[in-house]
Amino acid sequence: MVGPAGGAPLENANPLIYRRSGERPVTAREEDDELPDSIDDREIFDLIRSINDPEHPLTLEELNVVEQVRVKVNDAESTVAVEFTPTIPHCSMATLIGLSIKVKLIRSLPERFKMDVHITPGTHASEHAVNKQLADKERVAAALENSHLLEVVNQCLSARS
Amino acid sequence: MCEVLAPGLAVSVLKAIFQEVHVQSLLQLDRHTVYSIITNFMGTREEELKGLGADFTFGFIQVMDGEKDPRNLLVAFQIVRDLIAKNYALGPFVEELFEVTSCYFPIDFTPPPNDPHGIQREDLILSLRAVLASTPQFAEFLLPLLIEKMDSDLQSAKLDALQTLTACCAIYGQKELQEFLPSLWSSLRREVFQTASEKVEAECLAALHALSACLSRSVLSSDAEDLLDSFLSSILQDCRHHLCEPDMKLVWPSAKLLQAAAGASLRSYHRLTHSVLPLLLEQYNKHSQSSQRRTILEMLLGFLELQQKWGHVEEDESAVLSLRAPVCSVVFSALTDPSVQLQLVGIRALTVLGSLQGFLSPSDLELVVDHLIRLTLHEEDSQSSEAAMEAAGSLAPIYPKVFSGRMVPRLGEELQSEREEERSRDLRSLRQRCLQALAAVSTHASIVRETVPVLLQHLRKVQKGSEAGSAQEVISVCQSLHRVALQCQQDAEGCWYFHQAVVPCLLAMAVQAAMQESTQPLLGKALLEEDVLAAMVPVISAATTHLSPELAAQSVAHVVPLFLDGEVSFLPQNSFPCSFQPFAEGECLEAQRRLAALLMAFVCSLPRDVAIPQQERLLRELLALSCSCNCPFTATTAAKCFAGLLNKHPAGQQLDEILQLAVNRMEPGLAEGPRREQALTLLLWVTKALVLRYHPLSSQLTDKLLGLLGDVELGPAAADGFSLLMAESPDVLHKGCHADVRIMFRQRFFTDNVPKLVQGFHGAGPDVKANYLKGLSHVLNHLPKPVLVTELPTLLSLLLEALSCSDRVVQLSTLSCLQPLLLEAPQIMSLHVDTLVTKFLSLTSSPAMAVRIAALRCAHALTSLPTVVLLPYKARVIRALAKPLDDKKRLVRKEAVAARGEWFLVGSPGR
Repeated sequence: MVGPAGGAPLENANPLIYRRSGERPVTAREEDDELPDSIDDREIFDLIRSINDPEHPLTLEELNVVEQVRVKVNDAESTVAVEFTPTIPHCSMATLIGLSIKVKLIRSLPERFKMDVHITPGTHASEHAVNKQLADKERVAAALENSHLLEVVNQCLSARS
Repeated sequence: MCEVLAPGLAVSVLKAIFQEVHVQSLLQLDRHTVYSIITNFMGTREEELKGLGADFTFGFIQVMDGEKDPRNLLVAFQIVRDLIAKNYALGPFVEELFEVTSCYFPIDFTPPPNDPHGIQREDLILSLRAVLASTPQFAEFLLPLLIEKMDSDLQSAKLDALQTLTACCAIYGQKELQEFLPSLWSSLRREVFQTASEKVEAECLAALHALSACLSRSVLSSDAEDLLDSFLSSILQDCRHHLCEPDMKLVWPSAKLLQAAAGASLRSYHRLTHSVLPLLLEQYNKHSQSSQRRTILEMLLGFLELQQKWGHVEEDESAVLSLRAPVCSVVFSALTDPSVQLQLVGIRALTVLGSLQGFLSPSDLELVVDHLIRLTLHEEDSQSSEAAMEAAGSLAPIYPKVFSGRMVPRLGEELQSEREEERSRDLRSLRQRCLQALAAVSTHASIVRETVPVLLQHLRKVQKGSEAGSAQEVISVCQSLHRVALQCQQDAEGCWYFHQAVVPCLLAMAVQAAMQESTQPLLGKALLEEDVLAAMVPVISAATTHLSPELAAQSVAHVVPLFLDGEVSFLPQNSFPCSFQPFAEGECLEAQRRLAALLMAFVCSLPRDVAIPQQERLLRELLALSCSCNCPFTATTAAKCFAGLLNKHPAGQQLDEILQLAVNRMEPGLAEGPRREQALTLLLWVTKALVLRYHPLSSQLTDKLLGLLGDVELGPAAADGFSLLMAESPDVLHKGCHADVRIMFRQRFFTDNVPKLVQGFHGAGPDVKANYLKGLSHVLNHLPKPVLVTELPTLLSLLLEALSCSDRVVQLSTLSCLQPLLLEAPQIMSLHVDTLVTKFLSLTSSPAMAVRIAALRCAHALTSLPTVVLLPYKARVIRALAKPLDDKKRLVRKEAVAARGEWFLVGSPGR
């Protein structure tokens, strides 16, 4: 239960909670062996909606940090763009949340995809700095060499028990 | 021992223990002995111990103070419970007794691995809860503790506190709760408003329900204020305004809280609904968006459903009754809304309103039925249309007259109408809906008598017509008839009515069609197509299974002579151009022979104690037909019918003779000739009939089947036959049609035959090895998973070999066997990790989607093996799993994402 803040009081102790969308229903088309299904917004959203928040026992979807309308994918051109919205404008976890989303996408999407993870414009004080860090491949790689950081990211990505 | 102890000695012994022994410095076993001594004395010397007064209680408190062993705690908790339940004097030591037990709350205990005592955390929790919730005397100490624990960060502590509170409410009264109500309410409210866990929410609501019920139950003294009233007022005060807020953020938690309290008693229901229902109605009219209206209507529905619980109530008291008109208008407006989601909630609300006795006025009721007809027939969305049919089905038994007078005639007209619709597809789907609705609304005996003739009439009309697609239409009618049959099975009279009305009619139509076919073979009757006959089978079967033996005997006396002797006199419209001889030889009788399917549907569904006239002759005819007929449909049907009868045939000489006859016919057929397939089918069905009833001959027949696995020509079919043996068959030889089915037959078949299959596999030539694996796969697939997991390790080497088999069925079933094994027996599987990784990864590129999915699930399950075993493979697996991430099928990608994500975590911090 103790988050990375290590017992310090939570920054946003009483967030608004949003309803979880259900499992995506399986269509007859999806069960047909022959027809291809393209990768769509909902599929990407399903990848990231269950990521755990680093400081609440809640998912990013429940906190409305990620929303399906802020996910854009183009399967043909192999691009993905995800915008996320920190719960408060001074949230110090923003980089960590962005990193978790990025890592989840790296692990879950085919290599051909170019991915762009950034903060919803106008929702965070140091939006520009965070976006820059997230876009820098070397910085992301270096962050994942740090075993403490990797541990926190892995916790965010583990299935909730 | 206790009997020989002189009176007074028990007290002396205990006094000595209390004074001389420092129990908590003893070993666990010795402490346990002390508790046993006390338990035994309490069992046999209750009077003497009670003579000690509160000293006994105090002595025991000192004995158990500081106990740490879970085994001893279970006994000690039981002693405390007995102290309280049997009214031992607690004297001034109530608080001490509470302290000495409550210090363990909430229980925090994890049994050590390889624990031989089998004490679970849950045992301790329940045992302690029984102590804490055993007396109102603890209330003043316990309630503050519970409030504190509800605020805990630990979810398990929260849950335990809430469940204990719920348990306490069963014995507490106003007096105990009064002081703590405000803090209890604020804790519960906070949890429901904030929690992310559905479990916590559910427990909070249960606790609130219990609290309200407890307050409703308490008897008031004349001068005391009614706590229920003030408690409900505070709930209303805190929740009511959330229902009106335009952004509707906390509406659901508030509504759930209100409904939990309202469900506690009739009094609280009235108190809350008087205030909430008008508000909800007002809100509904204030909002104009369908999604918001839907939320409001769903809440309203929740309150209406609670009203159902109280049954009929006097008019002047009920808020719902006084709001009849506005409630109805809100629900009706939902039914005409373009949003399907809102319509669906409206339909559910309608069902609830209809079930409130005396709520709907006759004119409202007509409006309800009209709405349902409109939604059923003309609403474009099939979800709404189906929901409307179901609603009609559940309301029809309450208002049979309205439905049979208004809805059935209307549906009948639509079915008859010959409108020249420009698009015939529309007409067909409208008819389809009429047929479904007729079946759905047939939930009352009087309505069944109206709908069955309509359905049969339509069947006759369709069968006469020659338009394309009439086979499909006949099948639809049969499906409707089947549903009606299932709905009237429980009512003996309705069942007999249905049987008498439908079975002869279907037989007559089929016989007539078959005869026309014999004289003019080119006409091609829809009624005789295989899938049409197959659709008639469940109708006849469902109309027969629930007949009483006397009535069934009456019916069987007509049907069997019809097939054996062409005795058509009982059929309606029985003037036929020629005679009906389904068992006679002759090319032109092929169509008549096909009707054996209808015979099967009837005779195989009869209760076991109904005697079948001329059974031996019938069996011989069926046997002959199954061996000699060229049409696979007819031959299979005859074999199934034969097997269905054999399964129920009483044991004895007659059965042995007919079985011998069957074996004699099969053997030469199997050996050679043009009808080997038919002989195999017969063998399979007869084997199944005997395996199910544990007949001694079954092992001989199974061996024959095992032998055929090595046959180049019949082997694959024989292997597939194992699936037929193990699976539930839909039309014959299952429990529903009174077959003799022993519950453990699958396990028994497994133990008897799997060693032989394994042996056969090792001895078989390379071209037939796959047949053995496939047979084995089918057997394993149908075995319950827990049995499988204990048996599989012995088969492991074979399963690993099966992974390389190119047959998809084998691959799929092997993967589905291995997946649970990886989770349950990781130690054994670790030994084969190299093979497993290689095979799973190569199967992830199988052409079949199902195989890819199963292989990825297995790759995922591999991660439950010990980390040291997995680490050498981590990089390779992650690389290989990148490919299925780009699979063309979404369902495959989903599994690949899950598996790859888990592999990344192997040996990584934070897992």
